[in-house]
Amino acid sequence: MGASLLTVVVGATFIFLMVHLMPGDPVAALLRDQFSQETYAVVSARLGLDQPLGAQYLRFMRNVATGRLGTSFRSERPVGQVVAEQFPYTLQLATAATVLAVALGVPLGIVAAVHRGRPADYLTMGGALIAICTPSFVLGLGLLLVFSFQLGWFPTIGAGGGGPGDTLRALTLPAVVLGLRSAAVLSRIARSSLLNVLHLDFVRTARAKGATDRAVLYRHALRNAVLPVITMLGLNVGHLLAGTAIVEIVFSRPGVGKLLVDAVLSRDLPQIQGTLLIFLVIVIVVNMLVDLAYSAADPRIHYA
Amino acid sequence: MGAFAAVMSAGLWSGPREVIRRLTRSGGALFGLAVMSGVLAVALLAPVLAPYDPVRQDLLNQNLQPSALHWFGTDRLGRDIFSRVLWGARPSLVTGVGAVLVGAVQGSVLGLLAGYYGGWVDGLLARLVDTLMAFPLYLSAIFVVAVLGPSQLGVVLAVGIAVTPAFARLARGQVLEEREKEYVLAARAIGGAGARVIVSHILPNIVAPLLVLASLNIGDAILVEAGLSFLGLGPPPPTPSWGLMVNDGIVVLTRAPWVSLCPGVAVALLVFGSNLLGDGLRDALDPRLRGQG
Repeated sequence: MGASLLTVVVGATFIFLMVHLMPGDPVAALLRDQFSQETYAVVSARLGLDQPLGAQYLRFMRNVATGRLGTSFRSERPVGQVVAEQFPYTLQLATAATVLAVALGVPLGIVAAVHRGRPADYLTMGGALIAICTPSFVLGLGLLLVFSFQLGWFPTIGAGGGGPGDTLRALTLPAVVLGLRSAAVLSRIARSSLLNVLHLDFVRTARAKGATDRAVLYRHALRNAVLPVITMLGLNVGHLLAGTAIVEIVFSRPGVGKLLVDAVLSRDLPQIQGTLLIFLVIVIVVNMLVDLAYSAADPRIHYA
Repeated sequence: MGAFAAVMSAGLWSGPREVIRRLTRSGGALFGLAVMSGVLAVALLAPVLAPYDPVRQDLLNQNLQPSALHWFGTDRLGRDIFSRVLWGARPSLVTGVGAVLVGAVQGSVLGLLAGYYGGWVDGLLARLVDTLMAFPLYLSAIFVVAVLGPSQLGVVLAVGIAVTPAFARLARGQVLEEREKEYVLAARAIGGAGARVIVSHILPNIVAPLLVLASLNIGDAILVEAGLSFLGLGPPPPTPSWGLMVNDGIVVLTRAPWVSLCPGVAVALLVFGSNLLGDGLRDALDPRLRGQG
């Protein structure tokens, strides 16, 4: 808990420093080309950019602590509010992708481990390698071309408007694109983790006392192989959040990823700063939950 | 792991000839090597190999289908896609290799210092690395590009900074292991200064796993580069870069899918090749790392 908080503080400081190291004048960028000396002074005073760096830093950290992330240059609305509007779409996408990744990746990893060195192993691991090597925008455009434009099964843009059926249909392809890579990563981890467990003494003992292959796998080995999979799931949250940027743009979906890219392209400093901070906090909170999940999955792990 | 590791480390870093022998025995690694050398050759020889000027527009010949004249067709400005794909190998390779180089050097220096000196140096660096690790590769990269502005150099630094923590962590762990060994003690006993012990004694002994990590990271770096340039955060047009070319093709996706697909397949192929080569190098240089990917 303390360490997580410290990470947030260090992360916020890092973000603040980087944003202020940015070449170019943010006030000039905000005002575009035409502005007078007076307007410039007013705007930079309003943004607090006329104060010394130390004072700006203290104000920034105080605002972070109280959840005030400033006002977006582009939309002139509170950064937190803008993110909150887009967040449900991204949460939907990331959740669907995670469910898909677990449902597909873990069983495939188990199959590969159980059939190690046989065709099923080569097939799944080969598939995983291809999924990891294909850029998500290439996969996304390919699926869009075939399933949306040619076959017309799914909408080509947006996040669905009408009922739950609409939403689900609009969610399918983006979730597949985002989830497939995670599924591949999870299947590799599940396979290697299970292989590491399968040659340990307690598995041999279980076999020696006459347990069936099934029982050895489900009752003994899997439970001991699950930790690295959970860890990877936690690490993957950051990748998912970042991956939404590309997926949301390919499928013209609203969402936080698209918001971040638009903010970067229009140099909307408060929006970039605030969105990244929110991402950072999400990643840290999820990984804290993952740490807690360890002790649920493995009673030998305790937290004081 | 204990006994196994001891046996395997006997065969660790057994000289370049042995490494090459092991590398060439694996079909995947050979294929990866072929792809990487092929792309390197294409990148170097692009001016000779490309049949057309990659940025010359020909508005009378827009969105042409692949043909004998234009192998991969033309895009919406009539530019020859085959020539653009050839030239596009340059930014991908430069970023992939350059960024990993930046990250490997930065990370190794940080990790070596933290592991060797310990104490508050280690505490500070560990906290920094933990924080950086909390940012996923793409996010740090997007952030650094946001700071430096979209450019080739921006992308190299962005990805380089983003992969730094992984190298720092690996180098630190390795140094902690090596630091306690007799040869380091001996080097210090005869009066070797910190920097000398680190550079000429410890570094050669931990370079193999660092090399392996570097080779495994090149594919990721190329993917992030392609993603950034797809998002318009890479080198600005009309520079031919694969990610940007894919994005260019979106508006004509249904009429001329080859505009997006040709450069897209090029990215996938390069990443595939570099991953296979990375896996092969890992098995050849340091079999202990197998199964940790």
